[in-house]
Amino acid sequence: MSQQFTIGTLNDIPQMGATTVETPNGRYAIFRTRNDDVFALRDQCPHKQGPLSQGIVAGNIVICPLHNWRIDLTSGKVQAPDSGCVNTLPIEAQADGTLILTLAD
Amino acid sequence: MKKKLVCIGNGMAGMRTVEEILKLEPDMYEISVFGEEPHENYNRILLSPVLAGEKTIDDIILNSAEWYTENNITLYKNEKVVEIDRIRNQVKGENGTVLDYDRLLVATGSTAFIIPVPGHQLEGVIGFRDIKDVNTMLSAAKTGKNAVVIGGGLLGLEAANGLRKQGMSVTVVHLLDTLMERQLDKTAASLLKRSLEDTGLNFKMEAQTEEILGTDGKVSAVKFKDGSTVDADLVVMAVGIRPNINLAQQAGLQCERGILVDDTLQTYDPKIYAIGECVQHRGQVYGLVAPLFEQAKVCANHLVDLGYSRYEGSVTSTKLKVTGIDLFSAGNFTGTDNSEDIIFQDPSIGVYKKLVIEDDKIIGAVLYGATLDGSWYFQLMRDETDISAMRDKLLFGQAHLGDSGHGDEDHILTMPDDAEVCGCNGVCKGDIVDAIVKKNLFTLDDVRAHTKASNSCGSCTALVEQLLASTLGNDYSASPAHKPLCKCTDLTHDEVKDAIIEKKLTSIHDVFEALDWKTPDGCATCRPALNYYLISTFPNVAEDDSQSRFINERAHGNIQKDGTYSVVPRMWGGVTNPAELRAIADVADKYDVKLVKVTGGQRLDLFGLTKEQLPHIWADLNKAGFVSGHAYGKALRTVKTCVGSEWCRFGTQDSTGMGIKLEKMTWGSWTPHKFKIAVSGCPRNCAEATIKDFGVVAVDSGWELHVGGNGGIKVRVTDLLCKVTTEEEVQEYCGAFMQLYREQAHYLERTAPWIERVGLKYVQEIIVDDAEERKALYERFLASQEISQIDPWAELAKKPESPQFKPLKRIEA
Ligand code: SRM
Ligand SMILES: Cc1cc2nc3c(=O)[nH]c(=O)nc-3n(C[C@H](O)[C@H](O)[C@H](O)COP(=O)(O)OP(=O)(O)OC[C@H]3O[C@@H](n4cnc5c(N)ncnc54)[C@H](O)[C@@H]3O)c2cc1C
Ligand code: SF4
Ligand code: FES
Repeated sequence: MSQQFTIGTLNDIPQMGATTVETPNGRYAIFRTRNDDVFALRDQCPHKQGPLSQGIVAGNIVICPLHNWRIDLTSGKVQAPDSGCVNTLPIEAQADGTLILTLAD
Repeated sequence: MKKKLVCIGNGMAGMRTVEEILKLEPDMYEISVFGEEPHENYNRILLSPVLAGEKTIDDIILNSAEWYTENNITLYKNEKVVEIDRIRNQVKGENGTVLDYDRLLVATGSTAFIIPVPGHQLEGVIGFRDIKDVNTMLSAAKTGKNAVVIGGGLLGLEAANGLRKQGMSVTVVHLLDTLMERQLDKTAASLLKRSLEDTGLNFKMEAQTEEILGTDGKVSAVKFKDGSTVDADLVVMAVGIRPNINLAQQAGLQCERGILVDDTLQTYDPKIYAIGECVQHRGQVYGLVAPLFEQAKVCANHLVDLGYSRYEGSVTSTKLKVTGIDLFSAGNFTGTDNSEDIIFQDPSIGVYKKLVIEDDKIIGAVLYGATLDGSWYFQLMRDETDISAMRDKLLFGQAHLGDSGHGDEDHILTMPDDAEVCGCNGVCKGDIVDAIVKKNLFTLDDVRAHTKASNSCGSCTALVEQLLASTLGNDYSASPAHKPLCKCTDLTHDEVKDAIIEKKLTSIHDVFEALDWKTPDGCATCRPALNYYLISTFPNVAEDDSQSRFINERAHGNIQKDGTYSVVPRMWGGVTNPAELRAIADVADKYDVKLVKVTGGQRLDLFGLTKEQLPHIWADLNKAGFVSGHAYGKALRTVKTCVGSEWCRFGTQDSTGMGIKLEKMTWGSWTPHKFKIAVSGCPRNCAEATIKDFGVVAVDSGWELHVGGNGGIKVRVTDLLCKVTTEEEVQEYCGAFMQLYREQAHYLERTAPWIERVGLKYVQEIIVDDAEERKALYERFLASQEISQIDPWAELAKKPESPQFKPLKRIEA
């Protein structure tokens, strides 16, 4: 069973920025791109656990603040030449901007 | 419908252009390629190591058959184009293929020139140009004993070295008395000749070939004008190359030595572009790949209708790819009427270096036996840096300007494979060479991406560039003369800065639009740079985009490996008192600080704070009178001082007081990179002022001002700017210097590399010689300080509930 949570609204996150949400499975980074797409990724870089929520966002990529690995927000995949992946969660922005995060349990 | 692009020539320049097009507009063209050779595109440069038995043909393929399929490129290999029909816009291949084109790219390269002496058509007389030639040489080496190479230039020597390694007895014949006369002066050439003789090559200098003798249609010997002969089972002619222009000439395109092209690589027919060794640009025909790759970028830019970049010609440098020989040459090494040479020569260790200087700038260089500084000299040459201030140390290399990085590791060729090149990422020489060869890497960026070497602190960059050069054989690893700001644009830092001023651009997205950025949001390299240029150019107008700053600058703290932050309050001139120390102790207790440490910048660092705690601890520190120390910023960091005349028995002036004055004046200012100041009370220099961006050393009669020092990765000792007498002068010169640096340096360029690029003399002319300009700079500095001396902590401490610091929500189990 999965469960949905209202976590806030789009305006809580700066464009090309991120915030975080604590979940029972650890901290997730919630990103907002310049096109107002939102993504939820585990706030932990597969390299050395850097907090991805603190990185620079460009297009659909976040650049880890610790050693610059590049992670694709849509898939959670680390971009070549590095490799690895980050867990993602389904998240949706409703017409009024409300953000709904889905947690599987 | 897609437009049709046809490329004639499946070589290095043509395919590089196609790759650049695919990067920019993968779907714009339906692409077809004709190649006369029966192969996919390969790395022609590496034919020499293939001949020497150090690599195989498979190792040097650049674009595999799968690459052409994956990118929907139709390759007609083994088919020579025999006609360009410019009226019908068609090309015809010798096997009957006829293709229409909307745009045509001519990249036919060149052919080895065969001297038409009697006997030149005999079997066993060849050039050195392609895989077929190498195969002929390899089979000749199996059956024959003697080889003659005509031509003692780069190609001839590489051919001779390869054939010798294949077991042949080789004689190199050269018309002149100097080998590689287009790259070397007499001294270097004779050193080279001696080393090659030691490996077993024979030379016949100042010899003119009269005839090639043969039996049964096969070559048997070479006869010279002086009557002598040398036996030969194989003759390799390496006397020069001729651009392949026949096809273009027949089609009526304007040609001289090569096909004439303009700065966009367009020929006289606007539908036809040409590129590579077959073209002539501003009177110049190139025979090395670095310029061709620069051309490819520009040509692709125009073929996909972007239309903004220009090719303005290239400065080239050369390396000889003969294992064990270390040689570098660039520019005008013979000199002009007004130039002078500076020379270092030590025959006992086989080292020779010559720099040709004109108007205080390097215009040419020849290095033999010690080439580590080749790329540095090349850079100084292309940047046209005024070298008068470092002239006396120039020949000893960058190491002697204070670079403690890797100064001793010369002779990269003799470094063992397991020698560590990159200390940050633990990458050895062998890993790098392997990656260059196996993954076909051409540039420093490629090597960084694939091996991580030189990807962190960058102090091994010169070594990696040398490894690229010695593995691949020339300078095309070297950073291009016009180094783009990042991969999102072809424009340089300076071009972008100028455009911001000219077009009055005030936001990052304006820049992206006005300058045709290749990526919609830029990247982590260009966004912080643009943000800096915008706010430093239009301080009150352009908005500071915090999403384009690194996390430390956004969070006004330093992120640590575990994601916590450290907090460094400012401690003016490194001076504190019991009340401040008590306040810090209280704060440390209250927030359960994990470590309190005295930093290398003379203040206290509090470690292990979570992001949520930051606004609270800042509020408490503010209350005790502290402001941010900007330990995270591209900004003024610290002003280090020593005790000075107030206490020290040697002190000549009040260095502590001077330091505090300077820190009060300069704190809060943002700069292209971090900026550090120190003030010492006497020449014993306890504050280490001579490795700071701006260093002040007190002497009995006043203050010595030093600039461009750097501890860090490459230690660089400051240059003496000048001497002044009053404290007010120290402040004025300091502010003016900082302002000049802020306005003119590239983002992330510290004062040390900036001064090495522009030359000390340039800075002195403005700051020391021109009082009016100095005052103007100083005033601009003070004016901008009025709006920058706002404590960022105080601002942010007001919003502890902002989702910048706190999780947006906590979901309980
Ligand atoms: C804290 C401190 C070490 C210490 O415990 O003493 C320190 C810590 C860091 N230094 Fe430093 N440097 C510190 C003094 C120095 C000094 C000594 C000095 O300032 O007198 C130097 C050499 C002097 C110089 O800069 O020329 C120094 C040369 C560097 C460099 C190399 C810079 C260069 O131009 O080569 C880097 C890397 C960089 O900036 O790219 C660096 C980078 C860093 C970073 C920011 C690395 C990073 O990106 O995380 C470290 C931040 C740790 C943190 O969170 O606090 N640090 N660093 C010192 C802070 C001084 C302060 O009070 O602000
Ligand atoms: C042995 C050797 C060593 C070298 N070493 C170095 C070095 O260390 N550093 C360096 O910078 N440079 C070096 N070079 C030079 C470098 O290889 C050339 O500058 C580069 O390959 C030129 O690229 P290009 O595309 O203009 O020509 P090419 O690579 O020669 O490509 C042209 C292609 O077009 C084909 N072609 C020609 N006419 C037709 C036609 N009518 N129809 C169809 N196809 C046609 C040719 O067969 C060829 O394959 C070396 C060259 C050689 C031969
Ligand atoms: S504080 Fe400076 S020297 Fe020490 S580990 Fe960090 S970056 Fe390296
Ligand atoms: S922890 Fe993310 S790149 Fe190292």
